[in-house]
Amino acid sequence: MNTTLLLVQALNGLQFGILLFLIAAGLTLVFGVMDFINLAHGVQYMVGAYLGATLAAWTGSFWLGLLLTLPATLAFGLLLEFLVFRHFYDRDHLSQVLATFGVILFLNEGMRVLFGTAPMQMPMPAALSGGIAIMDGLLYPTYRIAILAVGLATAALLWFLVERTRAGMLVRAGASNAPMVSALGVDIRRLFMLVFGFGAMLAGFAGALAAPILSVEPGMGDTPLILAFVVIVIGGIGSIRGAFLAALLVGLVETLGRGLMPDLMRLFLDPSAARQTGAALASMLVYIVMAAILAFRPAGLFPARR
Amino acid sequence: MTWRDAAVPLAIFALLAIAPFAGFGQGHSLTLLARAMIFGMAAISLSLIVGGAGLVSLGHAAMLGVGAYTVVVLDHARITEGWMVVPIAIAASAAFAAVTGAIAIRTSGVHFIMITLAFGQMAFFATSSLALYGGDDGYTLYSRTELFGTRALEGRLFFHFTCLALLILCWALVQALLASRFGRVLRAARENETRARAVGFEPYRYRLVAYAIAGAIGGLAGVLLANGTEFVAPAYVTWQRSGDLLFMVILGGAAGPHGALMGALAFILVEEWLAHVTEHWRLIFGPLLILCVYYMRGGIAGLLRRG
Repeated sequence: MNTTLLLVQALNGLQFGILLFLIAAGLTLVFGVMDFINLAHGVQYMVGAYLGATLAAWTGSFWLGLLLTLPATLAFGLLLEFLVFRHFYDRDHLSQVLATFGVILFLNEGMRVLFGTAPMQMPMPAALSGGIAIMDGLLYPTYRIAILAVGLATAALLWFLVERTRAGMLVRAGASNAPMVSALGVDIRRLFMLVFGFGAMLAGFAGALAAPILSVEPGMGDTPLILAFVVIVIGGIGSIRGAFLAALLVGLVETLGRGLMPDLMRLFLDPSAARQTGAALASMLVYIVMAAILAFRPAGLFPARR
Repeated sequence: MTWRDAAVPLAIFALLAIAPFAGFGQGHSLTLLARAMIFGMAAISLSLIVGGAGLVSLGHAAMLGVGAYTVVVLDHARITEGWMVVPIAIAASAAFAAVTGAIAIRTSGVHFIMITLAFGQMAFFATSSLALYGGDDGYTLYSRTELFGTRALEGRLFFHFTCLALLILCWALVQALLASRFGRVLRAARENETRARAVGFEPYRYRLVAYAIAGAIGGLAGVLLANGTEFVAPAYVTWQRSGDLLFMVILGGAAGPHGALMGALAFILVEEWLAHVTEHWRLIFGPLLILCVYYMRGGIAGLLRRG
C-alpha cells in the first residue's frame, strides 16, 4: 500500500459517499417531514439506473438520457406515492416497512421480467471516458471525477434550496415539528409530495450517474439503501448536513476499509488468514463505526428533532 | 390464556402431527412442512420482540444465520454431536443478540428498525466473506447433526417430529413468558414507557433479555434449517429474509405467538403455491403483501377471533 493507491482509494470513497448522499438526502427528508419509513427508496436508485440506460440507448445520447431520467424518475416516484405510499402515512412504522418491502419485491422482479437477469451496461460518454493525470504517472478516470463534481454541485444546490428558499424553510420546519407547521396553515401533504418527488428524483439521478461504472441489475438498489439508512442514522434523521457528512464518512470507511484492512491484518497474521479476516472485518467496518457512534449519540450526530 | 386462545394452536399442532400419515408423507411434502415449522419457530421468536416488546426488528434472519453458521463451523471441525452443537449454537445466537441488542435497544422506533437492519446486513457480509466456509457459494454439511452418535435426524419422519416437538416447546416458552410478570412488564413498557419507569421498572433490561431469548430461539431454528437442507449459504441471512419473517408475524397478527405460527405456515404454503404457478411469483407476492398489510390489521388471528 503506497500513497498513490491510498489517494485513489480515497477518491473512490468520496465518490461513493457522494452517490450515497444523493440517495440519503431524499430518505432523510421524507422521514423527517412525514415520519414515513420508505424501504423502497433503493428501488428508485435502481429504476433511475435502468431508465438512464434505456433512455440513453433510445436517444443515442448519454446526455439526453441522463437529462430525461430526471423527469422520468420524478414521475415514477410520484406515481408510487399516489398508488401505495400515501395510504400508509397514518399507519405505524411496521406497516410502512412491510408495504414498502412489498414494493421492493414487486419492482425487483418487475425489472427481471422487463430486462432479464443479465446486467445491462450504460455506455460512458466519449468525452469523459479517458483519464486525468492527478499525479505523475497516475491516471484517474475522468468519469469518476465528473461524478464527484456533479454530486458536489447537486449537494450545494440542495443546501441552497433547503437553507435559503421558502420551500426549504417549510421543509426544515416540517422536519423539526410537522404538526405545528400544519397548524400554521401549510398544506403538509403537498409539501410532502414535493419532498418525496424530489427525493425520488435525486436517488434516480444517482442511479443514472452510477450506471456507467456499475452493472445495472435487479436488486442493485438494496445495498445502497441499507448504507443510506446507516448514513441517516449516523447523521441524524431529518438533517441534510448530517446526511452529507455521514455519507462521506461511510463512503470513505467502506472503500478505504476494503483497501486497507487486509494489509493491516498482515501485520498480525499470515497472508492468507490476513486476506480472509481483513475482508470480513472490512465488510463489517461501517456497521462497527455506526455502532460506536450510536453508543455515544443515540440520536445521531446532527438530529433535526430535539 | 383462555380455552379459545389455546384451541387454535393445539389444532395446528395436531394437524402437523397427523400430516405425515394423511397424505403428506412424501419427501417433498415433508420437506415443505419442516420448512414451515422451522420458520414458524423463527416467527414465534420474532413475535416475542415485535408483539411483546413493541420493537420492530428488521434483522432477525441474522439470528438464524448465527445458528446455522455455528453448525457449519462445528461441522468443519468435525463436531456433529447434537448435545454439543445445539447448546453452542443457541449460546452463540443469544450472545450475538445480546451484543447487537445492547446497542440497538438504546434507540427506539425507526432508529431501532434501521439499526437492526444494519446489524443483519453486517452478519450477511460477514458470512459472505468467510471463504473457509464457502463464502457466497455456501457450505454443504458433511452430515446432519447427530444425537448420541446416532444419525437419527436423517430419518424424514424423525426430523419432522423433532421439528414439531421443538416448535411446541418454543411456542409454550414464549406463551409462558408473555403471560408471566416479565411479559407484563414488556407490554407495559410498550404501551407507555414513562409509566413503566415511574412504577420502578427499567424497560431496557427487560427488552434486552427478551431480545436475547428471541435470538436464542432464532438460533435453534437456524440449526434446524441447516439440518433440513444440509446446506448453509449467506442467502439465509439476507435482509429480505428478515422482511419475510416480519411479514409472517404481521400476517398472523402480532397478537401472540400462535398468530406468528399461522402467519409462517400461510406464508410458506402461499409462497410454494405461487412459485408453482409462475417463476415470477414475486410480482404477485409483492402486491399481495401490500394489500394484506393494508386490509388485515389484526392478521389471520384477528379474522379468526372476529369470525
